[in-house]
Amino acid sequence: MIALNHDPYNLIITGVGGQGNVISSRMIGNMLAAKGFQVTIGETFGASQRGGAVMSHVRISSKATLSPQIPVHQAHMVVSLEPIETLRVLESYGNPDVGVICNTRPTHPIGVISGRLSYPSTKEIKETITRLSARSWFFDATAMATEIGNPIFANIIMAGALAATKELPLDRNVFEETLKSKFPPNKVGLNLTAYDQGVGIINTDNASH
Amino acid sequence: MSLLTRDNPGETHLMMGNEAIVRGALEAGISVAAGYPGTPSSEIIETLAKISDDIYTEWSVNEKVALEVAAAASFAGLRSLAVMKQPGVNVAADFLMHLALSGVRAGMVIVAADDPGALSSVNEGETRLYAKLMEIPMLEPGNFQEARQMTCWAFELSETLHMPVLVRTVTRLSHASGNVTLGKLPKPDRKAFFQFNGDMLDPMEGPIMSPPVGIKHDSQQKKLEQAAQLFEDSPFNTYGGPESPELLIITTSICDLYSKEVVALLNLEDRVGILKIGTTWPLPAQPVLERLARTRNVLFVEEVQPFIEEAVKVLVAGSHLDLSSLTFYGKYSRHIPTAGEMTPERVTAALSTLLQLEPDPVSQDYPPRGTALPPIPPREISFCPGCPHRASFFSINTVLQLDNRQGFTCGDIGCYSMGMLPGGFFTLKTLHSMGSGSGLASGFGKLEKFGMNQPVVAVCGDSTFFHSAMPPLVNAVHNRSSFTLVVLDNSGTAMTGFQPHPGLPVDTKGDQAPPIDIEKVCRAMGATTRTCDPFDLEATQKQLLEFINGDGGVRVLILKQACALSPEKRHTRAFEVTVDPDSCLGEACGCNRICTRVFSCPGLLWDAENNQATINDVLCAGCGVCASVCPQNAIQRKELP
Ligand code: SF4
Ligand code: SF4
Repeated sequence: MIALNHDPYNLIITGVGGQGNVISSRMIGNMLAAKGFQVTIGETFGASQRGGAVMSHVRISSKATLSPQIPVHQAHMVVSLEPIETLRVLESYGNPDVGVICNTRPTHPIGVISGRLSYPSTKEIKETITRLSARSWFFDATAMATEIGNPIFANIIMAGALAATKELPLDRNVFEETLKSKFPPNKVGLNLTAYDQGVGIINTDNASH
Repeated sequence: MSLLTRDNPGETHLMMGNEAIVRGALEAGISVAAGYPGTPSSEIIETLAKISDDIYTEWSVNEKVALEVAAAASFAGLRSLAVMKQPGVNVAADFLMHLALSGVRAGMVIVAADDPGALSSVNEGETRLYAKLMEIPMLEPGNFQEARQMTCWAFELSETLHMPVLVRTVTRLSHASGNVTLGKLPKPDRKAFFQFNGDMLDPMEGPIMSPPVGIKHDSQQKKLEQAAQLFEDSPFNTYGGPESPELLIITTSICDLYSKEVVALLNLEDRVGILKIGTTWPLPAQPVLERLARTRNVLFVEEVQPFIEEAVKVLVAGSHLDLSSLTFYGKYSRHIPTAGEMTPERVTAALSTLLQLEPDPVSQDYPPRGTALPPIPPREISFCPGCPHRASFFSINTVLQLDNRQGFTCGDIGCYSMGMLPGGFFTLKTLHSMGSGSGLASGFGKLEKFGMNQPVVAVCGDSTFFHSAMPPLVNAVHNRSSFTLVVLDNSGTAMTGFQPHPGLPVDTKGDQAPPIDIEKVCRAMGATTRTCDPFDLEATQKQLLEFINGDGGVRVLILKQACALSPEKRHTRAFEVTVDPDSCLGEACGCNRICTRVFSCPGLLWDAENNQATINDVLCAGCGVCASVCPQNAIQRKELP
């Protein structure tokens, strides 16, 4: 088996209910389990359909079954579908060596929509994330996904981006196999396009650092 | 084909805890499974209904009936499963007490899913105490593989003892996923026949009932002793660590994984041992006493109630062990918090205090000093864009304000519980168990005698109506109580993932079934009824006002509009909605920004720069309701084909 950069490797996928991060954590988890790793995915999705913050802890090891919660300050990578959720996660799980892939499209909480609270500026968010992490990538995955046909593809774009960072042994063939086992054939193509676009944005260095 | 029905023993797959339970039940060859939806248990029945045609699966009207449906199968010789979340165990408890006494025939397992930390519940109830109260055996899986194995073995145990067996899971296991290696799938003989001609006390051939109580209760306790014997060398109880540890952790369920992980993280493998108990009730003496004899300090790592802690203390008190040589730490000593779920941090904190460890440097220095994080606005949960409940509560709230007699609304359980939050305009003033809104309203509605003249409203969902709002409604009509019940009928059990209920023309498997009409039921009870579309704010408010000002009795308003996430509505928009920038006057309007500040659908955005509302094209569900909220007609809607 390929050795992991860290064993256990702790990945957090975060976002807002309805963005589909449960799908991407399962996809990534399945890809790694298929390679023989012990995978634990911890998630709570009771309120996920209703605009709450949703966080999946994906934990990978070649040795033992891990708990469904990453201990504080122990994340190696944070993949985030929503900018302020990145900050929320870093505050508890970040550390000086953490990496971040961040979708720059905000989803305003109710308190912001109603004007009781304010949403930090994109500039401020980016600067803070850059200071709080060892490496970071930013791009508007929602815009890319909408172009493919549905904003939900943002979570697959993020999975592709994660693969391209080479942090984890994720390969496209396994992704395709996993897709075929979970989705009807007509859905496979668009998901692959989304994945490839995610890979592309990292490899062509189009994500702002 | 689902991987859950693959007959390839030895294969390993990533499975959700609930899927592992499903697989365990399939490997036990169950024939009947019944339950009522409730997070985090719902996926079990849902998955069984989807993947197997050999099994009868049912979303029952409530948990007590689910337990009865499953018990009938067991009585007729078929292995059966009943599934519920913890509050459901409270509902089923009456029957369970009798079932424990009468005993069962074919293996029968109850899976109860607890929610420590109340991640998606309105209480933090504990099922384990029921095992003790009902005097039935209980198993607690500590990981994904065990969830499969224990569920499967629980059926055997049930058959050996002729008792229902409880399997207790928690959210962090049920909704997490991990590697599971498949076992064998049997080909059971599924012939149902209820034998009743044998002797009254013959468990296989006699009638099945709780009396004669004296004899049955006595034999129930003998069976429990037998269970404790069987548990003595169960592979589900494990020990890892030094022979004579400085500190012994005794733990159960998913807390075992937190304990193991923290002990490794803090490099305490040479100092701390972990005894994990899987057969929690009745607690087997030998494996516990054996470990206690080799240590002086014991830490109990468990969630919610100090269940294992108390059981072990009782065990020690009755044993040969010298109590003065042992010190116990746990919930009684406050080293483990008494409320909230277990986390790696809680284990770390307890171990750090007890073993006097240095604090972790990363937690101390991160975020690095001088890196001020901007204030992060909290993400309060709220109704989905296009949710009918937002419109319904907007109307209820508006009407009660207009009426101005301090009227109030009694809440109930479902997505609409969020009516207590800002996103639901703080409409709900009471919130308890399923059906309690109507029961409380029935009581409030009788207090006129004592000078109370506040209008009383209760809400309940369509699924909740069948589950437990019907008896209080009968009660209210018969006792001439006075209130308005608003049934928020969104055509499914939305909160838990859209399971069908008796009001719908489909059953659990999606096959045709006779629907029961809520309005007709209410009318038959003697209530005055009306139905409105909650998206029609004007008509809804007019009707509500009329009901609230009416001259007493039980009035039922059914607000019918499907959930925004229902299969028929998802991904479709009824209207294309836009804001006309010339008409929207923003803060200057005098509407107090009713669309965004008050109605606050997440499909709307406030563009502070231009002092205007806009539509969020990604989130808007196109229900068109915000157009009727705007007094300026600045929000415009165009019907889509
Ligand atoms: S799931 Fe349905 S009922 Fe629940 S908040 Fe969303 S739209 Fe409303
Ligand atoms: S039409 Fe208005 S109320 Fe309906 S989902 Fe869109 S923004 Fe929300």
